[in-house]
Amino acid sequence: MANLKVNIGSLELKNPVMTASGTFGYGSEYADFMDINRLGGIFVKGTTIEHREGNPYPRMAETPSGMLNAVGLQNKGANYFIEKIYPEIKDYNTHMIVNVSGSSIESYVECAEKISGLEKIPAIELNISCPNVKKGGMAFGVSCSGAAEVVRAVRKVYSKILIVKLSPNVTDIAEIAKAVEYEGADSVSLINTLLGMAINVETRKPILSTITGGLSGPCVKPVALRMVWQTYKAVKIPIIGLGGISNWKDAVEFILAGATAIQVGTYNFIDPTVSIKIINGLNEYCDKFGFKSVSELTGNLAITK
Amino acid sequence: MKKYMLDLKVTENRNLHASYCLLKLTSDKTLPDMFPGQFVQVLVNNMPTTFLRRPISINYIDKNTNELWLLIKKIGDGTQAIANHQPGDYVNLLLPLGNSFTLPATQEKKHLLIGGGVGTAPMLFMGAYLRESGFEPTFLLGARSKKDLMQLDVFQRFGTLYTTTEDGSHGETGFVINHSILTNNTFDRIYTCGPKPMMMAIAKYAAGRGISCEVSLENTMACGIGACLCCVENTTNGHTCVCTEGPVFNINKLTWQI
Ligand SMILES: Cc1cc2nc3c(=O)[nH]c(=O)nc-3n(C[C@H](O)[C@H](O)[C@H](O)COP(=O)(O)OP(=O)(O)OC[C@H]3O[C@@H](n4cnc5c(N)ncnc54)[C@H](O)[C@@H]3O)c2cc1C
Ligand SMILES: Cc1cc2nc3c(=O)[nH]c(=O)nc-3n(C[C@H](O)[C@H](O)[C@H](O)COP(=O)(O)O)c2cc1C
Ligand code: FES
Repeated sequence: MANLKVNIGSLELKNPVMTASGTFGYGSEYADFMDINRLGGIFVKGTTIEHREGNPYPRMAETPSGMLNAVGLQNKGANYFIEKIYPEIKDYNTHMIVNVSGSSIESYVECAEKISGLEKIPAIELNISCPNVKKGGMAFGVSCSGAAEVVRAVRKVYSKILIVKLSPNVTDIAEIAKAVEYEGADSVSLINTLLGMAINVETRKPILSTITGGLSGPCVKPVALRMVWQTYKAVKIPIIGLGGISNWKDAVEFILAGATAIQVGTYNFIDPTVSIKIINGLNEYCDKFGFKSVSELTGNLAITK
Repeated sequence: MKKYMLDLKVTENRNLHASYCLLKLTSDKTLPDMFPGQFVQVLVNNMPTTFLRRPISINYIDKNTNELWLLIKKIGDGTQAIANHQPGDYVNLLLPLGNSFTLPATQEKKHLLIGGGVGTAPMLFMGAYLRESGFEPTFLLGARSKKDLMQLDVFQRFGTLYTTTEDGSHGETGFVINHSILTNNTFDRIYTCGPKPMMMAIAKYAAGRGISCEVSLENTMACGIGACLCCVENTTNGHTCVCTEGPVFNINKLTWQI
């Protein structure tokens, strides 16, 4: 039995396997299928200061080995989260991390400040990479100055673990990672969805109501893995890797490329128990190859110079 | 209701038609309780074009044989792959998902169940359930042609059956909304599933006469368990998940322009 504990800054995770925002609800949706307390952490749905209805239906298109979504941060707002959802989830025996989204610097700051008051939420993941909202979202995440500006403002009001979720829709993700590290982020998570599109040839209409949407699932894995590797070479803060992970081998690849922990997103829809299988698989992998601790694997890529 | 992920064994795959099949599935253990209107999420074969699970209505639960029936209309790679299963194969399902049709109050006697196309699938289970609860349901099923009407013999076991076909080869000619029982009879409740234009016409008919009416929606889904918010329908409460708050909705909850 290998030691599966890893650290994101001062936050200790019982294992590196967590579930991705927007794909795991608030955890309870999966509780019939698995013991959610076995997870290293759960990233809950994107939360904004205001109630948002999200984008019109249709919001989903299946793609080869993946899907496009255009949910658009539908959520009932931070106050509703605090009053109605937090009391239900605060006693889970895993870390509940809130994905904080916004449309302006002020709205990010206000939302982060509200969530910081919740004792049992040890960290937030700042979503500066949502491709599905018109204002804010990805607009901040695609330039170093924009990313730095949001992180600087939020860092002033949020003293717990601050994870910044990066967009893959950029030329050089490592540069953005460096900018947010400089502003005091404790960790970066990557990747959010890749901007994509799908068309119904019979009707000649775009399938999504928003025309474009975010691509996720196994089809994005090679791109995500490459970005984790590039970011690992550029920053010192721990990296949380995600994008298309569907089994323990994928998880090992992300960790070898430089991730300290990983998140499972879209694949939860195919196999709601996949994250447990990944935890077990990581343990067996470590045992088989003689690693006492999973943390020894981070960035442990065998490259001949 | 507790949800399960189960590998069920195919006991029979009956080809009903060039594009329809009836798949019967069983388990060594007694199947969990399921109610009419609920659906399952079928894992296809994880090939590139059939990545997501496919939502399929529960067509019937045969308690005697411990079998779950699925009526499949082959429209693309996913439904085709499901229809290719042979007896002895195992199929992985999430079930039971979604809400169910409302069982009527005992003083409400006249129930009309309207199904169009593959939308007849959940009507069979609902009809059987009404019959078991002491009611005598009326079915009105519509299709393009006689050969597209499925499971008529089974429907007849549970209630009175009327049909319409567009080419007049079975029952009255035309669409279900034009059938004479809608003008010659009154009903306390209507339950329906089928193409959206059909359900909208029925919703308009029911709303105009003050008849309580429930429709079953087929919005495209990813997770099927309320986690992704992809399947929303606009309702009087805003965007609502069809996979958890539905698929069955009372028409007065919907914002359809009828
Ligand atoms: C709650 C629910 C219950 C259902 N019950 C049944 C059932 O009992 N039997 C049955 O055969 N089917 C049922 N369906 C529909 C079934 O899920 C789809 O036909 C199936 O997912 C299509 O997969 P495919 O790979 O065969 O086709 P695809 O290749 O995915 O699609 C083929 C074509 O059909 C269109 N399409 C696919 N799904 C839908 C949809 N949900 N709404 C509108 N257009 C669509 C696509 O845009 C495409 O043009 C149900 C759907 C829902 C949501
Ligand atoms: C339906 C859906 C909703 C999502 N919602 C959010 C969100 O609210 N906030 C966020 O930061 N990422 C969101 N994401 C992105 C995922 O968290 C993840 O970054 C992405 O899907 C890549 O990982 P995957 O391929 O494992 O799914 C969403 C993804 C999907 C598929
Ligand atoms: S399909 Fe995911 S919430 Fe309904």
